[in-house]
Amino acid sequence: MSTQASRSAARLMLSPAVVLLLVWMIVPLVMTLWFSVQRYNLLYPDRSGFIWFQNYASFVTDPGFWGAILNTLILVVGVLVITVGGGILIALLIDRPIWGQGPVRILVISPFFIMPPVAALIWKNMFFNPTNGLFGAAFKAIGLPPFDFLGQAPLVSIIIIVAWQWLPFATLILLTALQSLSSEQLEAAEMDGAPAVKRFWYIMLPHLARAITVVVLIQTIFLMGILVEILVTTNGGPGDQSTTLTYLVYKEAILNTNAGTAAAGGVVAVVLANVVAIFLTRAIGKNLDA
Amino acid sequence: MARAVTTQAKAFNTAAAWAVALLIAFPILWTILTSFKPEPQAVANPPIWFGFDWTLKNYYDVQNQRNYFGYFLNSVIIAVGSTALGLLIAVPAAWSMAFVPGRKTRDLLMWMLSTKMMPGVAVLVPIYLVFIRLGLLDTRIGLVVVIMLINLPIIVWMLYTYFKEIPGEILEAARMDGAGLWNEILYVLTPMAIPGIASTVLLNIILAWNEAFWTIILTTTDAAPLTKFISGFSSPQGLFYAKLSAASTMAIAPILIMGWFSQKQLVRGLTFGAVK
Repeated sequence: MSTQASRSAARLMLSPAVVLLLVWMIVPLVMTLWFSVQRYNLLYPDRSGFIWFQNYASFVTDPGFWGAILNTLILVVGVLVITVGGGILIALLIDRPIWGQGPVRILVISPFFIMPPVAALIWKNMFFNPTNGLFGAAFKAIGLPPFDFLGQAPLVSIIIIVAWQWLPFATLILLTALQSLSSEQLEAAEMDGAPAVKRFWYIMLPHLARAITVVVLIQTIFLMGILVEILVTTNGGPGDQSTTLTYLVYKEAILNTNAGTAAAGGVVAVVLANVVAIFLTRAIGKNLDA
Repeated sequence: MARAVTTQAKAFNTAAAWAVALLIAFPILWTILTSFKPEPQAVANPPIWFGFDWTLKNYYDVQNQRNYFGYFLNSVIIAVGSTALGLLIAVPAAWSMAFVPGRKTRDLLMWMLSTKMMPGVAVLVPIYLVFIRLGLLDTRIGLVVVIMLINLPIIVWMLYTYFKEIPGEILEAARMDGAGLWNEILYVLTPMAIPGIASTVLLNIILAWNEAFWTIILTTTDAAPLTKFISGFSSPQGLFYAKLSAASTMAIAPILIMGWFSQKQLVRGLTFGAVK
């Protein structure tokens, strides 16, 4: 259907988006790669020079590095388990015939629209604070000593905050997938006397598999980049207890002004994100052909 | 599902669903409630549920002592500006990929998607330095451009999936009748594309409004939006729960309302059309 003229017009219309994204992606990445092999501190720009892989060496041997990798892993896996597990349960619950489905849906997805600093600070102050927070009050009401969530269990506290933010996303996507399941199939299984657990396991779960994959991969990409929630609650502490890879790079760059080492850390983050990204693009790419 | 359900079962499901929904939304409801409390009552332990002295003082204070409106205005400028700029670039791109697909279209789409997956910290140092060098640090225009670029892949993808659903035969018919390219876009395509474009706009305003990584790192005061304003409460002095609540309520209210209207688009936009 396309003529030569419309083809060249199409290319012309496509070019601004492509050029901009290319510049946005390639230029900073090349700069990061370049800085990562340079001696480069933002405060001492004159002390420069090519130092090969010393930045990588000092980033990877940083006493906080392996802890940060482990914390990132715990954060991502913890949030995924809560959001996917909880999301399936809640989706199953609100997919049933209930009164007030509209308002229930609105309430359930609301946390997703809360900007990260608001979510983090509400939880930090009004829930986790041992003396004035609601959890503190609840502990006191049942006769337990106050528990300093962010001081004693910083990573778990951050997992709670982030899981709360992402639970609606998982729920909404799983609900959408659930609603596309044909009810005939379920009814047939029910008539044949398949119990609810079997119906879930053999019919619903396989149907949800694709949506679950998408949720896991998309969330993983976003969760690896979590920074603000840590920044306004624990600042990576106490000690390094809630320092993730992302926070470690941020700390090197902004607080320690060590651009070279931060760039090396950034490259490490890119490599890790790419591993996930490859799987995600494959999962989404399948849909393009369909 | 059109299955017969007893009233009893429905009542039970309703109660369970409402309980879960209220529990999930509770932190938000609690924040809104706290925003109407006087500061001393906001930190009371045991907490005061409804029997406090209702007041609007916190809203007044947040505006007068901390210039809330300035931050709000920056949020609006960044959200609307980046969405408008993004549309200007994305509509032609999505149009051409949807209606004049080439051999490379698929790869191009996947590549755009991959740019979205680049971790922010990986380009933190260069972007920060470029911003300093170009004098863009703490400027609205700098943020508009960065936020636009971050969301551009999502805008292109979303528009692409919407445009794809417009039947190509209609365009052919218009062409048979002698419509030129621009007439075709203006009179045939645009009216059909408006719902998709509106959804895209809605989702992007939400994403831009809530973007906190770059807005916090690249601003100090002049261009600082609400994300930066709220994070200022992380090192507080004195009693501040009620003020934090009032500021938070005002920061989330507009987006919360928009979000309620965009549930479906959210799924489509954030899964890049993988789940519809």
